[in-house]
Amino acid sequence: MADVMTSAALQAGPRGRRPRRAFSTSNIVIYGILGLVSLYYLLPLWVMVMTSLKGMPEIRLGNIFAPPVEVTFEPWVKAWAEACTGLNCDGLSRGFWNSVQILIPSVLLSIAVASVNGYALVNWKFKGSEVFFTCLIFGAFIPYQVMLYPIVILLREMGLYGTLWGLVLVHTVFGMPILTLLFRNYFASLPEELFKAARVDGAGFWGIYFRVMLPMSLPIFVVAIILQVTGIWNDFLFGVVYTKPELYPMTVQLNNIVNSVQGVKEYNVNMAATLLTGLVPLVIYFASGKLFVRGIAAGAVKG
Amino acid sequence: MAAARRPNALLRNPAAKIAAIPMILAVLFVFVGGTIWTVVYSFTGSRLLPRTNWVGLDQYERLWGTSRWLVAIENLLIFGTLSLIFTIGIGFLLAVLMDQKIRFEDTFRTIMLYPFALSFVVTGLVWQWILNPQFGVQHIVRDLGWETFTFDPLNDPDIVLYGLLIAALWQGTGFVMCLMLAGLRGIDDEIWKAARVDGIPKWKTYLFIVVPMMRPVFITTLVIVASGIVRLYDLVVAQTSGGPGNASQVPAMYVYDYMFQAQNLGQGFAASTMMLLSVLIVLIPWAYLEFGGKKGRGRG
Amino acid sequence: MDAGKSLEPSVSIRSLRLDFGAVRVLRDLDLDIGQGEFLVLLGSSGCGKSTLLNCIAGLLEPTDGQIFIGGRNVTWEEPAQRGIGMVFQSYALYPQMTVRGNLSFGLQNARVARDEIERRVVKAAEMLQIVPLLDRKPAALSGGQRQRVAIGRALVRDVDVFLFDEPLSNLDAKLRADLRVELKRLHDRLGNTMIYVTHDQVEAMTLADRIAVMRGGAIEQLGSPDEIYNGPQTKYVADFIGSPSMNFLDGTISGGVFRAGDVAVALDRYAFRGKAAPDGRAWFGIRPEHVATGDAARGLPFTAEVPCDLVEPMGADTLVWATLAGQPFRIRMDGGARVRTGDRLAVGFDPARASVFDAGSELRV
Repeated sequence: MADVMTSAALQAGPRGRRPRRAFSTSNIVIYGILGLVSLYYLLPLWVMVMTSLKGMPEIRLGNIFAPPVEVTFEPWVKAWAEACTGLNCDGLSRGFWNSVQILIPSVLLSIAVASVNGYALVNWKFKGSEVFFTCLIFGAFIPYQVMLYPIVILLREMGLYGTLWGLVLVHTVFGMPILTLLFRNYFASLPEELFKAARVDGAGFWGIYFRVMLPMSLPIFVVAIILQVTGIWNDFLFGVVYTKPELYPMTVQLNNIVNSVQGVKEYNVNMAATLLTGLVPLVIYFASGKLFVRGIAAGAVKG
Repeated sequence: MAAARRPNALLRNPAAKIAAIPMILAVLFVFVGGTIWTVVYSFTGSRLLPRTNWVGLDQYERLWGTSRWLVAIENLLIFGTLSLIFTIGIGFLLAVLMDQKIRFEDTFRTIMLYPFALSFVVTGLVWQWILNPQFGVQHIVRDLGWETFTFDPLNDPDIVLYGLLIAALWQGTGFVMCLMLAGLRGIDDEIWKAARVDGIPKWKTYLFIVVPMMRPVFITTLVIVASGIVRLYDLVVAQTSGGPGNASQVPAMYVYDYMFQAQNLGQGFAASTMMLLSVLIVLIPWAYLEFGGKKGRGRG
Repeated sequence: MDAGKSLEPSVSIRSLRLDFGAVRVLRDLDLDIGQGEFLVLLGSSGCGKSTLLNCIAGLLEPTDGQIFIGGRNVTWEEPAQRGIGMVFQSYALYPQMTVRGNLSFGLQNARVARDEIERRVVKAAEMLQIVPLLDRKPAALSGGQRQRVAIGRALVRDVDVFLFDEPLSNLDAKLRADLRVELKRLHDRLGNTMIYVTHDQVEAMTLADRIAVMRGGAIEQLGSPDEIYNGPQTKYVADFIGSPSMNFLDGTISGGVFRAGDVAVALDRYAFRGKAAPDGRAWFGIRPEHVATGDAARGLPFTAEVPCDLVEPMGADTLVWATLAGQPFRIRMDGGARVRTGDRLAVGFDPARASVFDAGSELRV
């Protein structure tokens, strides 16, 4: 074989990477659309921040998209400490602290209950456990409105209607479907041998849960916390239905402040209040990054 | 002999059963019990308090004779259809764009998804402000020289639903995009390679190969989005309060108002039962498709 | 063209380099694959064999270098324009289409006439015995059937070069053996150039005209299965090919004799690459199946008596773990051999069948 070509010399003509224009048509289209879309998503945040930093005279004269000529933090102070709902004029701070008081026990309780549920459903199946689980998943899709009133009755019977603890209980119950699913799927993905080995070693239900499962499940607990903190913080309906005005969570109070018909509308204060209410979930969101995505993807029921 | 007997099935693993009590109670008393209770009491004439004075279908007849309810249902249908089409359509298109091995993918995703982390109340109030006719978009476009420009959805009963739609899309498309992107990423890379070797253009690969493969993702997304639309409440309360007039009423508002404001529980129960029915129309076929074949699940 | 056909390789790769960031996946690779040749790219995972195949297919862009298919520079061309067909490990069938749809979708896109599509589909289906499956969907097929369909999808493209990316890895052992035979038959019948990536040395040995053993993004040795098996050029190739793998004794060569501990092997029958035996530290490699035992060992140039540490009966043959010169030494015996742990065994081999490698460079000496 007198191979002429086997001499490794390169020939003229194309070699290596195909040359590509940095601004190809498809790239322009892709980044163009994504850029425009991003603008649409970012615009409201921009408007909120800008409006909340302006004084009312400037708002009346100017453009809501324009940055403030004179930056003022007064609207923030007012929104936090002075804004009125009805006769109360102590600002959103009360709603904030109510929300915090609701949030902490609700998150802890709902996650504790749901993680144990998920664990029991995977490793300690009993007769009917799957039936209950199916009902629970269906419960995630049933409009809350159907269950609103019976819960009023239940809470009243327990003496919890109109209290923070009543609302905590409601959040625990309604957090159950999605969280149980989340934990069930996670525990099901752990090797079954681990559980079997622990049983052979003589560990019981709680022993395995606390000593084997919990230490392996930190990431899923973080996902659950993110899911619950944002979900409970953003709740409006349950807050309105199951608490009374002094105990209203931040979202309800915000709505009452902004949509109150009395008085002159102070748009800058309204936007500061809106931003304040959105701040907690936003901080959680930006801090958690991909875990948040994982949390919401868990919402896409995958059995 | 007695000691060797198998313990009663009910008493085996007592800890597991005790641990499951919260779930069992929640299912029995809230999810199943509560639902049944409401449905049953929708056949009563309850007003301030639930009572068992049976009135047959009277509440439903009244419900379907109330113009406010009819508006709410019509709104739900229009808003729901548009919202479903656009959230899923836009969400999918964005996911496709994000799937083109682009740079700054994380940044784009962060931007598109952050509204989803916010409360509907926040979303409603922001868009109320942006769509404010005196200061918002309409004002700015007019300032730019287009003097006759009118876009005032919050005060125009004919287009108020589009005002809500803009806000709802802002909040929800990022979420759908994430679900779709996860679906796209779940497709075997070798399918793409095979299509390239076969010389199939990208758009055709998406349309004829990828989309059919993503059917389960589409269906699941549809169910999640649809059940969210039916219970839509906070956004409307915050953005339009159901106005102008009754132009943006939705069923969930009707339920709340009749149960907790108008002290007409029976109407509220009947209306919420109708909401339940509308969800079941979506849910049952889906459950049948997804879990109906028992073991024969296409993909988990 | 006529004269060129025998000379001109079907696929040529010139100085092909591929970097993923700072990682060099392919290192200035050169390779010529003859017309109608069955070339197997063999290596452990991460050696770059699949990457090389994807570059040939046009599914990955090389950082530098050129690729020729049928004498044409295709470096910048789309996969569909390169005149290749490809079969994937996961079959990569379009799940929502029938078998017929899978076979014809690419052709429809290339605007091939309908009766021509039909002719090619039927021909491929007959060749692969999947005619009865044509109207089924992939989900209703077994793994073996799916891979036939995937092969069919490459066949209908009517191209000169077929690329296989570990096509049998997802199949169970029996099916794998069946399909292997069928692939070989197919190659004999079609006479196309085939490039086949695998980590399975049995597939490589049975199918290949030539094997390219890859390691770390470069071709370690290119040769016929016989050359690779009997004359491995590096210790890596020697170790990689053969199961159980080759015995290596660590020792030194001086004056044409390999010494390890109390063992001395005269290398006068060994074919050194140079004129004489180089002195120094070396690995002496001998395959377990090239070690004779008992009566057969007598009269061989090297004999010794070794203790059996462990016996592994494997049915057709028996693997004996012994110790020679204080180092582990495996012997492959007939399955009927009666040996027990603790026995002492007379062994012998012919150094002509051995492979000796320099201890430093690990190259054959």
